[in-house]
Amino acid sequence: MTFYLATFYVLGAIAVLSALLVITRRNPVHSAIFLIVTLLSVAGLYLQLQAEFLAAVQIILYIGGVMVLFLFVILLVNLEVTVRQEPFNRMWWIAGVAALVLLGELAVTYYLGRQAFAIPVTPAAALQPNTELIGRTLYQTYMLPFEIASVLLLVAMVGAVLMARRR
Amino acid sequence: MPQNFLEWIWLVPLLPLLSAAVMLLAGRSLPRAIVSWLCCGTVGLSFLVSLGIFRTLASLPAAARVYEKVLFTWLPAGMFQTATGLAEFRIEWGYLVDPLSAVMILVVSGVGFLIHVYSVGYMAHEGGYYRYFGYLNLFMFMMLTLVLASNLLVMFVGWEGVGLCSYFLIGFWFLKKSAADAGKKAFVVNRVGDAGFLVGIFLVSTTFGTLSFTQINAAVAAGQFALGSGVITAITLLLFMGATGKSAQIPLYVWLPDAMEGPTPVSALIHAATMVTAGVYMVSRTNALYQLAPLTLEIVAVIGALTAIYAASMGLVQNDIKRVLAYSTISQLGYMFLACGMGAFAAGIFHLSTHAYFKALLFLAAGSVMHALSNETDIRKMGGLWNRVPVTARTFLIGGLAIAGIFPLAGFFSKDEILWRTFANTDYPAGFRQVLWGIGLVTALMTAFYVFRLVFVTFFGRSRVPRDVEHHIHESPPVMTIPLVILAALSIVGGWVGIPAVLGGSNPFEHFLAPVFQSHAATTAAEATAQGHGLELGLMGVSLVAAAIGIGIAYLFYLRQPELPDQWAFRFSRLYKLLFNKYYVDELYSAVFVEGPLLGKAMGNSFARFDLRVIDGIGVDGTGWFTRFTSRLSIWWDTWIIDGSVRALGFTVRLLSWPVRVIQTGFVQAYLFLMATGVVVFFFYYVIRYRDEIRQFLQLR
Amino acid sequence: MVPTTHYLFLSAALLTIGVIGVLTRRNLIVVLMSIELILNAVNINLIAFARQLASVEGHVFAIFVITVAAAEAAVGLGILIAFFRNRETVNTDEIDLLKW
Repeated sequence: MTFYLATFYVLGAIAVLSALLVITRRNPVHSAIFLIVTLLSVAGLYLQLQAEFLAAVQIILYIGGVMVLFLFVILLVNLEVTVRQEPFNRMWWIAGVAALVLLGELAVTYYLGRQAFAIPVTPAAALQPNTELIGRTLYQTYMLPFEIASVLLLVAMVGAVLMARRR
Repeated sequence: MPQNFLEWIWLVPLLPLLSAAVMLLAGRSLPRAIVSWLCCGTVGLSFLVSLGIFRTLASLPAAARVYEKVLFTWLPAGMFQTATGLAEFRIEWGYLVDPLSAVMILVVSGVGFLIHVYSVGYMAHEGGYYRYFGYLNLFMFMMLTLVLASNLLVMFVGWEGVGLCSYFLIGFWFLKKSAADAGKKAFVVNRVGDAGFLVGIFLVSTTFGTLSFTQINAAVAAGQFALGSGVITAITLLLFMGATGKSAQIPLYVWLPDAMEGPTPVSALIHAATMVTAGVYMVSRTNALYQLAPLTLEIVAVIGALTAIYAASMGLVQNDIKRVLAYSTISQLGYMFLACGMGAFAAGIFHLSTHAYFKALLFLAAGSVMHALSNETDIRKMGGLWNRVPVTARTFLIGGLAIAGIFPLAGFFSKDEILWRTFANTDYPAGFRQVLWGIGLVTALMTAFYVFRLVFVTFFGRSRVPRDVEHHIHESPPVMTIPLVILAALSIVGGWVGIPAVLGGSNPFEHFLAPVFQSHAATTAAEATAQGHGLELGLMGVSLVAAAIGIGIAYLFYLRQPELPDQWAFRFSRLYKLLFNKYYVDELYSAVFVEGPLLGKAMGNSFARFDLRVIDGIGVDGTGWFTRFTSRLSIWWDTWIIDGSVRALGFTVRLLSWPVRVIQTGFVQAYLFLMATGVVVFFFYYVIRYRDEIRQFLQLR
Repeated sequence: MVPTTHYLFLSAALLTIGVIGVLTRRNLIVVLMSIELILNAVNINLIAFARQLASVEGHVFAIFVITVAAAEAAVGLGILIAFFRNRETVNTDEIDLLKW
């Protein structure tokens, strides 16, 4: 067991565990907190995968932006009533079955093709300097998707404001 | 030109027909004055034309006094198989003018005219004035058609027509049940006789191949048929059956007394002077046939005599003035048939004409009495009217003297002629004719008695009129009394046209009619004269004495000793009851023919039941049931097949859309679940299918 | 070094948990959060393969995923607020207007 493997298992376990807690908590605030924990551990995993830029983006954007937004909205919604209500809907068991079947299928597929992933992993230097490489690819090869993404963000912003304002 | 005037014979029946048509179509809106003038006027004109016809005929030589006027061909010619070979059968609407019909139209239109005038006064206060005169004129048309007919079928039209008008007029006050019933009775009883008449007509047509009188007389004169031939006897008997119905002889007389329900002028005209004499006329018209059937003549004479005495006996005890006169009519008709049966057809017609005068007079005078006493007909409630209604009373007396046969009034000559010819007819054995003469004599006595019973009880003696009616006693207006006076005059002088040779007359009446009653009549008259004037005078005296006895008994019973009638009624109570109840003949007929188990109501009811159950049941109800049944089938078809296919369509759509509908829950997570399931399934499929390729691909890479 | 397979399994697990959350939870906010979980799982997958194949395009793709996730979260929450104002509830079983 190397250091990397151990870190992976720890971070992975935290991620999975808190993900489970996300979906099972009655209180949405608790779910949000646990989601933050999950996102943090995922950021840690990114670091392990030599994706430093993405780890930073994850923390700043995802946790700092999206989750805060979530928390704000949770506060706007009727909290006391929600806590006392039934958390799961009527089809929880069949949904669970379907999801587990999906998991099973994925597991089987991965297991069957495990030889394909046995190729040597590239050294760390291949993706350095990370931010510069990402920047260059983003603004050169993928300029159009970038612009579209910004338009998308604009539209989302307008839409969100429009829907959420007071009538 | 004398010959040409006979052409106008068709006016005689047609004029009354015109006014009848006007009455029955538009009479309701006409004022009474117009109705009276129109109806009386047309009959008066008819009478004048009849006078002209008579004069014209009389001016012709005796042998040429026959004229046939054809108006149109009713049934066109057709070949017809008769007993004597093939014949050409055709019926024309023609009028035969000869002495017999000339006399008859004079009597009918003359007396008819007087009665019309009388009716203007009698019916002045009645409703349905136009209807009365319409029917009366229609009757005149029918009667004149009957009398003038040139063949049996046209005569039958008139025959039925007078029966119909009689029905209308008897039941004139149809809201009164007894009147309506009387009308029905008259018509039904007549119908029975008419059935025989019709069969007789059929026999005549198959035997002679024609119904025309002139042709029948020619066939008989040519000697085609032997004396006493069976088929001729059958024909004459059947025709006589019709005559018994129409002329009220035994056994079909029962309708005449009931017919008194009609207005009194109707009784005078139809049931005294004209319609009831149609039978006598018919027998006289076909005398050629009757003279070939001595058996029938015997039967006719016997029935005539029996009816005469039978009816007179019932007239003795009736208390209704009109009823007495009705039975008197039946009795006098019996005399006429007796005459015909004895071959004395001219005497029969003579008595017919004189009887018309005095019987019409008696009826109209009785009507005048009723008019004065507010329609009272019961003689027990009359009396002492001699000075209250002078004209009526005196004319009634004259009529009574005439019918009793007192010299020199009309009835004496005609009745005596009949009695003499009965006694002296050498064709029959002496005993037979003497018995018949005896019956006639007794009847004459009875006639005198009951008529003078009426005279004494109604006009003389103590007044038994109720107090409230007595105030209104008044003589009738001139429009009613003048016809009475005229008829009284006729009753006095009307017999003088038939004064026999024995009394110094030339009997122009008989000679005028002689050509019509050829062969037998002449010979019998000659034989009769050969018997001797003495016998004739003697018999005349005997009948006068009989009449005087009758009058005397009536005087005794009703003026001298008025308690006698009740004493005699008590002593002979059973006989009295039998006479008073008309020998219970009406009850007998009712029991056998009307209520009886075999005939009448039983048959009618069984026919009605058949009609109701079978015909109505199958036809009407069955059709209804069938319609409902087919409609139910149609309903079933529509509900289950037609609607069913539509509903099935809807059901199919619902069925097929159920899975799709069920999925649309509106529940987003359900949709997501389905998506996930879909992914799983697809994934599964491809993983399993391509696992080898996947393995290979991933290994190579 | 951690074999890529491990990361794939982790991603599959997170994906499954996210799917369960989406399909099962009544609270709409938790559903949206589960969607974020799924997107994160996908991101892990992308980055793992990017490292294995020494390609930076994976990273770019992951950035785009995050961008879209943020946009979608914003819009989704906007919808949720609008819906909450009308219905006073954020329970998914009470939001069934789509059935018509």
